[in-house]
Amino acid sequence: MTVASEQTITFDNVSKFYGEILGVNRVNLAIPPGITSLVGPNGAGKTTLMNLMTGLLRPTRGRLSVLGIPTDQPEQLFRKVGYCSQFDSFPRGLTGREFIKSFLMVSGFAGKEADELTTEALERVDLVAAANRRIGAYSKGMRQRVRLAQSIAHQPSVLILDEPLNGLDPVVRAETIALFRQLAAEGLHLIISSHILHEVDMMSDRVVLLNNGYVVAEGAIHGVRDEMDVEHPMQVLIRCDQPSLLAARMFRDDNVVEARLHDDRRGLFVKTRNPDRFYLLLNEVVAQGEIEVESIAPVDDDLSAVYDYLIGAQ
Amino acid sequence: MSSTAETFQAKPATTHDSRWSLWLRQVAAIMRLEVEKNFFGKRAVLVYLLAFMPIGLLLMIAILPPGTRDWLDFAQYPLLFSIIYNALILRTVVFFGCAWIFMNLFRGEMVDRSLHYYFLSAVRRDVLMAGKYLSGLVTSIILFSVVTVVSMLLIFFPHFYSASVRFFLDGPGLVQLFTYAGITILACIGYGAFFLIVGLFFRNPIIPALLLYGWEWLNFLLPPLLKKISVIHYLNSLVPVPVSEGPFAVVAEPTPAWLSVPGLLIVTVLVLVVAGSRIRRMEIRYGGD
Ligand SMILES: Nc1ncnc2c1ncn2[C@@H]1O[C@H](COP(=O)(O)OP(=O)(O)OP(=O)(O)O)[C@@H](O)[C@H]1O
Ligand SMILES: [Mg+2]
Repeated sequence: MTVASEQTITFDNVSKFYGEILGVNRVNLAIPPGITSLVGPNGAGKTTLMNLMTGLLRPTRGRLSVLGIPTDQPEQLFRKVGYCSQFDSFPRGLTGREFIKSFLMVSGFAGKEADELTTEALERVDLVAAANRRIGAYSKGMRQRVRLAQSIAHQPSVLILDEPLNGLDPVVRAETIALFRQLAAEGLHLIISSHILHEVDMMSDRVVLLNNGYVVAEGAIHGVRDEMDVEHPMQVLIRCDQPSLLAARMFRDDNVVEARLHDDRRGLFVKTRNPDRFYLLLNEVVAQGEIEVESIAPVDDDLSAVYDYLIGAQ
Repeated sequence: MSSTAETFQAKPATTHDSRWSLWLRQVAAIMRLEVEKNFFGKRAVLVYLLAFMPIGLLLMIAILPPGTRDWLDFAQYPLLFSIIYNALILRTVVFFGCAWIFMNLFRGEMVDRSLHYYFLSAVRRDVLMAGKYLSGLVTSIILFSVVTVVSMLLIFFPHFYSASVRFFLDGPGLVQLFTYAGITILACIGYGAFFLIVGLFFRNPIIPALLLYGWEWLNFLLPPLLKKISVIHYLNSLVPVPVSEGPFAVVAEPTPAWLSVPGLLIVTVLVLVVAGSRIRRMEIRYGGD
């Protein structure tokens, strides 16, 4: 075990097949501390990669380890690792506090310590007020947050988060991103999956780009452009079935400065001064079910140029 | 956690003990979650219904006694109970009750999509299995030994009160009562392990459960060697009042109790070892199932 592999998450020629179906193929990665985003469209293999890192799946071929710990040794692994998965389900009948505390105790923490860690985690995600209510009565955003709290409660040094911003409103999204940044500043490894490039750009140090089960690109993000919202509008390409209807909807938002049809009439370029509001609006439109959105990708920053080149234009 | 890690380093001689105390703590934490679910979860309803079956039946008989000869002759009662115990309690209530409780230990959490929280905790998967198995045992043993005891009392006392008092206090009644309860406990131990493993290997455990049911009922037809791979084989020889297995029974040398109890425990441990290695390899793929 080299020193380097004790500080990285290492994939050594890892492949995972679900029977005949390819999950991920021939992945070689060495992920250092900091925030690393896994980016790619639906079915790219992001969740598969995360489940492999946490031993929920076993590789069909290849080897992997997290900080030098093989992924089939949960007792060691999960002292260091926390995973907030994509599964939005819970053990029945527990309150948020009971949920977090119970699994801390399963990990071997004594009652008093588990209590303290639980409270700390609930405070970090701002869920103390609802902690004694049953999770069954939580909203989607609260469920997302209680799962996040559960994954950080034992103070892991590697935190793996599968689409952790899903279902959160823009304010909580911003707060959660700030929490991630803070955790990374505390020296944690964060692996976050997302397909919202604007947010990836805002929070990550590195990106791993996945498509159809292959790692197609990886590397550092050049600069985080916090000022983007004010300085110059962000342009996004939305691939959907009814771009003109979508354009009509988008113009209701004052922040949208331009909406232009793609030449092939199956996409819409939107320029917006406020990406958060834009994504919220887009979510509403999608939720109404009139418009079928295939993909969303920013078109004017480096990452998205890569994204479009490698993934968008398949 | 860090403070415990420091004590490990400070006193390396006790590392071994500390590991065991960690595992015991984890088993206790798992049992706390699981026992509550087993008793009060919505899946428990079926077990209560099953458990109430013999009690309900015997209550009915107590209120409306059947006029047949068997029920008029107190001397027949130990045999009557033995028949009811074998057919109804042991082979039906305990069997299906254990099937439901133990198969759902893992299968139920896959259906609910909550098993990954255990798999993502810092706990060895065989420790997890031990905790779950023990929680199943606590539940099934409490429920089914109560059923056994209550059923036996219900068959005797309502019909011949004073004869029953003598039977239990001066006669063999009390020993029989404890023996039946003991058989029930052994059955929970054995069936529990079998059904734990069935729930791990099969996506739809109903078919294997029914096959096992047939296997156990037809056990008396099997050649002696195959008989040993079953739970009922070990229990049969313990029943205080033997019930004839019919003219087709292949008579194996009846296993004496001092052999059949450890025999059953050994088979149970073997089954649990196989289950443990299966759980270590298990993947979480709720959707793809
Ligand atoms: N349990 C499973 N059984 C069969 N195939 C699966 C299973 N899970 C994932 N796959 C397949 O593996 C590939 C990668 O899926 P994965 O869930 O890792 O993608 P993803 O990038 O997380 O997608 P999303 O953005 O939708 O969450 C897909 O083709 C998917 O169909
Ligand atoms: Mg996914």
